[in-house]
Amino acid sequence: MEYLIIIVSAIFVNNIVLSQFLGICPFLGVSTKVNTAAGMAAAVTFVMALSTLVTYLIQYYILLPLGIGFMQTLTFILVIAALVQMIEIILKKISPAMYKALGIFLPLITTNCCVLGVAIMVVSKEFSFGGASHMLNLGESVVYSVAMALGFGVALILFAGIREQLELSDIPKAFKGIPIALITAGILALAFMGFSGLVK
Amino acid sequence: MSKAGIILKGIIKDNPTFVLVLGMCPTLGTTTSAINGMGMGLATMFVLVLSNIFISLLARYIPDKVRIPCYIVIIAAFVTILQLLMQAYVPSLYEVLGLYIPLIVVNCIVLGRAEAFANKNTAMDSACDGIGIGLGFTLALTVIGLVREMLGSGSAFGVKFISGDGMLAFVLAPGAFFVLAYLMVIFRQLTKNVK
Repeated sequence: MEYLIIIVSAIFVNNIVLSQFLGICPFLGVSTKVNTAAGMAAAVTFVMALSTLVTYLIQYYILLPLGIGFMQTLTFILVIAALVQMIEIILKKISPAMYKALGIFLPLITTNCCVLGVAIMVVSKEFSFGGASHMLNLGESVVYSVAMALGFGVALILFAGIREQLELSDIPKAFKGIPIALITAGILALAFMGFSGLVK
Repeated sequence: MSKAGIILKGIIKDNPTFVLVLGMCPTLGTTTSAINGMGMGLATMFVLVLSNIFISLLARYIPDKVRIPCYIVIIAAFVTILQLLMQAYVPSLYEVLGLYIPLIVVNCIVLGRAEAFANKNTAMDSACDGIGIGLGFTLALTVIGLVREMLGSGSAFGVKFISGDGMLAFVLAPGAFFVLAYLMVIFRQLTKNVK
């Protein structure tokens, strides 16, 4: 039950793009076609789950016992960068088809702030999913990160669908490009606000 | 190009928010009030200026193939210094900006300037570029924060000028997107003829 609450709250109520403002760059950048958006979303989900798992273990078994919590930012970004690089090499070797589908998105993910953001979030904030507030354990952290990534995917694919339609409509010249995309995102965020209150 | 020219270019022609559209996450996430926006802008500027200077000094010694990881380490080091400084001297602001401070590491403005400017210019010019882009970012964030604060809670820089509540939506997520979109359009119109 708790996992279900985590998933619903992460995808809809606290949507990573539309209410927490993480990963806006790929959200605006690669969301012009539904296919690319889906590819990006899949790659992010994969990387986010793995990196949260690894950074969680590093935080609790290396940084905290040694008392070097201030090295968190530096360590996490290096781990994520190395992990992305490694996933790229492994995918190329064992699944060329998947590498072809996700390959071009992988290098972009290192600087996607939602990966680092979620990794830091799960080890630094207390969460209360219906019950008492507590730090997340390993299982919850990974579920939370996958759910966050799915939320990213939902927002990205919805937005790409709308933008494909926008291409064909008549937009005032000054609003062409980014401004109209931002207004669309604002309306989408307004719609997602309807979910708030669903999970305490 | 003169030093002043580089700084001015960063503020207007290469404005990171309104023209280059980089670093959108902190732009939208931290501008709930003018003070918060300004704090975030100054924090980013601190990292930007220092990392620009160091990267321009070290660029000769960094092998080309591993330059991006090297830049990230340099940037992450300055972000860590910033985190410790802010925790010590402005803990309340650090609390409010929260997650967005460590996320300066992955702010595309910082890495973008390292790659596009600092690694092929002198330390002095890179410092000016950092100041210019940093000021452009700070100004943009302050203006966005000010508009959202005025509409959303009826105050400016923390001083209330109407009684009662404002339009809450402007402090929340949707307002951030709307305000940024309209300000971007206005900025584009105003600077259309600036070369």
